[in-house]
Amino acid sequence: MKWRIACTMIAAALMFSAGYAALFVAPDEATMHAVMRIFYMHLPSWIAMFLALSLVFVANVAYLVTRKVKWDCLGVAGAEVGVACCTIGLITGPLWAKPVWGIWWTWDARLTSTFVLWLMYIAYLLLRGLVEEPGRKAVISAVFGIFAFLDVPLVYLSNRLWRTQHPQPVILGGPGSGLDPVMGKVLLLCVVAICWVMAMALVDRYRLELLRHEADGLRVEADSLQSEATNFNGIAASKEL
Amino acid sequence: MENFRFLFTAWMAVWAVFFVYEFSIARRMSRLKSEMAELKQRLHEPRTDR
Repeated sequence: MKWRIACTMIAAALMFSAGYAALFVAPDEATMHAVMRIFYMHLPSWIAMFLALSLVFVANVAYLVTRKVKWDCLGVAGAEVGVACCTIGLITGPLWAKPVWGIWWTWDARLTSTFVLWLMYIAYLLLRGLVEEPGRKAVISAVFGIFAFLDVPLVYLSNRLWRTQHPQPVILGGPGSGLDPVMGKVLLLCVVAICWVMAMALVDRYRLELLRHEADGLRVEADSLQSEATNFNGIAASKEL
Repeated sequence: MENFRFLFTAWMAVWAVFFVYEFSIARRMSRLKSEMAELKQRLHEPRTDR
């Protein structure tokens, strides 16, 4: 419990300093001014999402190879955190786009592939609710998760491969790209803060899924005991007759 | 600061997603824990009957 309190304190400190740095320390951008500061939450949420979904992919492959429950739990936890990060990106994106592009949304390659990615991981989570048998559920969702991951590199490369309304990458985008050094440091702090918070959520969600597996086992045991008791009572009643 | 409302809304949305998600995990966890306690009790009861 102590480590949990320490982690929460670190998360609060990181989020506070990231927020302060993004709003008051980072220099003003020449054309977009204040609204550009959305960037300090928008990009880190995508980075956290890519990390979470990569973890889902690793967990899905590891589950199919080893059939260990912990990988299935990690896959679900990562997918949920990935969807949460993607949701943040899909909310902050249009809020940044409207004052800068004059539109909330456009169906360009980057935005469309991201929206499809969000839908696919929501489907991954919904799919788990449709299959009852735990082993089958884990295998189906692992296969679906690997298939869904194919969209991740497509999202990353979409604004490099096609002409999009979404701007070209500012980091690792080739010659002419790059950030002001102070902006870079503030961005790094925001990335660390968001990834820390999301890592904590991932650990919590992973623990929840492990507990759910334990509860499923208990439920099966309780049901079999109950049916055993019912059969026993039925036999005893027929003998009395 | 003409577009401040967009910046404000975006930051509020980020915090809202964090809090709603963490709250939902905590709620599901507490519900599951109480269900498990109930199941353990159910498992314990028939054994004492025999």
